[in-house]
Amino acid sequence: MNRFTLIWRNLWRKPIRTVFTMLAILVVFFLFTLLEGLRIAFSLSDVGPAAEERLLSSHKVSLIMMLPVAYESRIARLGGIEAVSHGTWFGARYQDNPEFAQYPVVAEQYLALNPEIKLDEEQRQAWLGNRMGAIVGRPVANQYGWEVGDRVPLKSSIWTRNNGSDVWEFDIEGIFDDTDAGMNAGVVLFHYDYFDEARAFGKGTVGWYVSKGDGSVPLNELMDSIDAEFANSPAETKTNTEAAFAQEYAQQFGNIGLIVTLILAAVVFMILLVTGHTMAQSVRERIHEMGVLKTLGFTSGSIFGLTVVEGLLLVLPVGILAMALGWGALALVAGFMGAMFPAGLHIGTYSIVLGLALMLAISLGSVLPPVIRALRLDIVALLRTS
Amino acid sequence: MARQLIRLAGVGKNYRKGRELVRVLEGITLGIEEGDFVGLMGPSGSGKTTLLNLLGGLDKPTRGDVEVDGKTISKLSSGALAKWRASNIGFIFQFYNLLPVLTAARNVGLPLLLTSLSASQRRKHVNTALQLVGLADRAKHYPRELSGGQEQRVAIARAIVSDPPILLCDEPTGDLDRATADEIMSLLQRLNRDYGKTIVMVTHDPRAASFAHRVLHLDKGELSKKPVDLH
Repeated sequence: MNRFTLIWRNLWRKPIRTVFTMLAILVVFFLFTLLEGLRIAFSLSDVGPAAEERLLSSHKVSLIMMLPVAYESRIARLGGIEAVSHGTWFGARYQDNPEFAQYPVVAEQYLALNPEIKLDEEQRQAWLGNRMGAIVGRPVANQYGWEVGDRVPLKSSIWTRNNGSDVWEFDIEGIFDDTDAGMNAGVVLFHYDYFDEARAFGKGTVGWYVSKGDGSVPLNELMDSIDAEFANSPAETKTNTEAAFAQEYAQQFGNIGLIVTLILAAVVFMILLVTGHTMAQSVRERIHEMGVLKTLGFTSGSIFGLTVVEGLLLVLPVGILAMALGWGALALVAGFMGAMFPAGLHIGTYSIVLGLALMLAISLGSVLPPVIRALRLDIVALLRTS
Repeated sequence: MARQLIRLAGVGKNYRKGRELVRVLEGITLGIEEGDFVGLMGPSGSGKTTLLNLLGGLDKPTRGDVEVDGKTISKLSSGALAKWRASNIGFIFQFYNLLPVLTAARNVGLPLLLTSLSASQRRKHVNTALQLVGLADRAKHYPRELSGGQEQRVAIARAIVSDPPILLCDEPTGDLDRATADEIMSLLQRLNRDYGKTIVMVTHDPRAASFAHRVLHLDKGELSKKPVDLH
């Protein structure tokens, strides 16, 4: 026998209680992982560093109001601007699925401004060479089972074609990854020229402009100079960083995210209390035995160590397994519904660290108070405990 | 003449019960020689277990010194006292105090976790101790699968497995029937006679006390000078 045997046997002292406690921990951290995935999906907080540097100019009144395409050259002429491109909300759905993000863009400009979009060179050339071509984020391709070479019909709720149809066909020429897992992760990008020529109304307009400074002018000044350029015009602009825009956009879902967060946080908190209570009870039951161990020559420090390791053993392996299962579940859901989450459905380093910190807090928080209280008693008092 | 192993000089012990100061032991001066077998009798509340706890370093005296093998244990820190207990004292309790989650062999092996012995050496020591108490065939049994007498023999094996010179027994037969109590007392007698263990035993049972070389009587926290009548 070694000390681990003692810890292990104590852990399984009441197997049913241990199994139920482990199940509770499994549920807690499985839910926690889903919650984190949803929180990130709704908050779009993880848009990546590139989005902090890009500026997004939309109509001052509302994002749904269009801007003239001529603004592009005026923005490009402003001092301190390195590159500019634009996008427009297409608002289409595939078959009976929910609406997701598609943008008509000027391909080369857009790719240059969004280096986090990783697209195979051969696919890029194929896209540039096909007016009806589109590239799609991997979550979307996975969800709908699209492959390069497929022709897919998308039904727009906004844009009708010159022939009166609202169904637009695109050739999938490439599938890209977004290394920042940001706003482009779950979108379809296609050619603005094709879109502008074929749409029945709104020709010569775009939804928003994306620009990037060359570093010679501070971002704040650049934002002000863009908005000043179009002040007092019929279509004034409001410019912000892409990251700030993403946050603003996400506020549409903010309430859903907040409600999901609050409900799941309450569930997690209640289960944590139950788990903590069970573990604390398990320690309290052994106070007399702590007295026996001290009588045999075990120091308070070694008993403390044995109990803490037992608490960690109860929580950490199951908690980590639960987070891995949660991760798998998120990936599975993303496979079916990835297009609904433009920022992807995943957890990041912050969530993993937070999860591990919670595991430590549960195991130490439930074990430490009773064990410290017990070890403060002298041996005679411990032995008197029934 | 055997050397004096345990020496108590003017030992007293007080407890505070609320605002009241309770004097449990007063002016205990006592010498116990190596290889002695001492019975400690007295009415409930006379301080027998408290005296045993002081001898074993489980508690510290309010006054006076407890010296064992030349070392004043009443002045040791709690950490040093724990180490000292592990190598010098074997405890045997009335209710055995075995850990229910461990088999007999693992209970016996507990004190050896505090030594530097290898796993195979520890196994060897455990087997020897279990053989000595006649329970080698019950090594893999859990305490709940053993009778009271067998549990007490496992507790004795645990007390002797690290070969401490002193065994302190608190009512070792208090929870056993007469026949089983006699077996346990014979085992303690053998450990004293054949293996030279110094034994101090608290008991209410005159029959158990008759196995001791001498019996001390405690009354109201003081050692009685009168000889003890076991009949």
